[in-house]
Amino acid sequence: MSDIVLQIDGIEVTANEEMTVLEAAQKAGISIPTLCHHEKLEPYGACRLCLVELESRGRSRLVVSCLYPVEKGLVVKTRSEKVDRIRKMILELLLSHAPDAFDLQDLAREYGADKYRFAKEPSFCVHCGLCVRYCAEVKKKEAIGFVNRGTKREISFIPEIASRECWNCKECFPLCPTEALQAAYVLAKAIAFPATAE
Amino acid sequence: MDNDRVDQITDNHKCECGHSGIVEGLSDRVDRIIDKHNCKASSLIQVLLEIQSENHWLPKEALDQVAERLQVPLTRIQQIATFYKAFSLVPKGRHGIHVCMGTACHVRGAQRVLDTVENLTGIKPGETDLDLKFSLETVNCLGCCALGPVVEIGGKTHGKMAPAKMADVLKNYE
Ligand code: SF4
Ligand code: FES
Ligand code: FES
Repeated sequence: MSDIVLQIDGIEVTANEEMTVLEAAQKAGISIPTLCHHEKLEPYGACRLCLVELESRGRSRLVVSCLYPVEKGLVVKTRSEKVDRIRKMILELLLSHAPDAFDLQDLAREYGADKYRFAKEPSFCVHCGLCVRYCAEVKKKEAIGFVNRGTKREISFIPEIASRECWNCKECFPLCPTEALQAAYVLAKAIAFPATAE
Repeated sequence: MDNDRVDQITDNHKCECGHSGIVEGLSDRVDRIIDKHNCKASSLIQVLLEIQSENHWLPKEALDQVAERLQVPLTRIQQIATFYKAFSLVPKGRHGIHVCMGTACHVRGAQRVLDTVENLTGIKPGETDLDLKFSLETVNCLGCCALGPVVEIGGKTHGKMAPAKMADVLKNYE
């Protein structure tokens, strides 16, 4: 396993070749905002908050750092005018769905995002997929999944599995950036398996 | 569509001795379809499509059976079954009526054709009648605008439709 040297925000960082730019940055103590990233889970790239600017051969481009593998001699900027502008926009869009999510509030303050910029459309779930992926990848229970598509996409519990497994686990609850998950669980429980659990 | 199958579905539907008849027949058919695909998880979509086309919709029991036999998590099946419009998780009629509401058909009076279909069948777009005979949907352009207004029934395209012709066309479907 050979080491790769790249530059992140002007600092030389050494990483091994399996790392992503995000992991390399974290290892060097440089923080990049993330929402859908979780160290125990496969990279997913849903939220795009972790985007960074890459410079190579005099050209710059934007990539999501949680998916992008490190390369020799890469020059990465975790903040720039362009990056900040896009992050602000992403935050504003996310906030229109989940206006009171704590994680988003802090970032919104940092990037000057206005949570009222877009009309409120409180679906609360921001489709980060943390709950779905955690259940499948870590717990291997697959009690929860996505259904429908586009603007109608939402999470959905499989009642038979959820009634058996969820009450004693609930490990996905604290992962949800918006608490949409807990609401969905309570609702599913009330409708589909009220008498079980507890 | 072959007549045996239509009879089979109608029989099942008429059966009033409890629903074991329906469930029995369905699970055999699902088994046959799964066997045909050698029980491979990679054939999931094909399997679902075939159940959909034989049965016109995907009942929960069928999905459970597919999950069990192909060893695919139900969440995955649910995701696919709700993602593609080709699948239905609610009962659908034996004949799907698609009334084109695309621009070309619209200007040639698709709305009146749709109104007539609604009156004749007693259902609105997205609905299925109680006899499971027809399901009605609107679509946006079937790709043969020159034939507008177009109505597609069970895969067969009826061009140059007029409200007055609709009753005659629908009479041919059992
Ligand atoms: S419910 Fe929460 S954790 Fe699950 S996908 Fe939605 S926002 Fe993410
Ligand atoms: S953390 Fe990289 S896209 Fe969400
Ligand atoms: S608009 Fe009806 S077929 Fe194109």
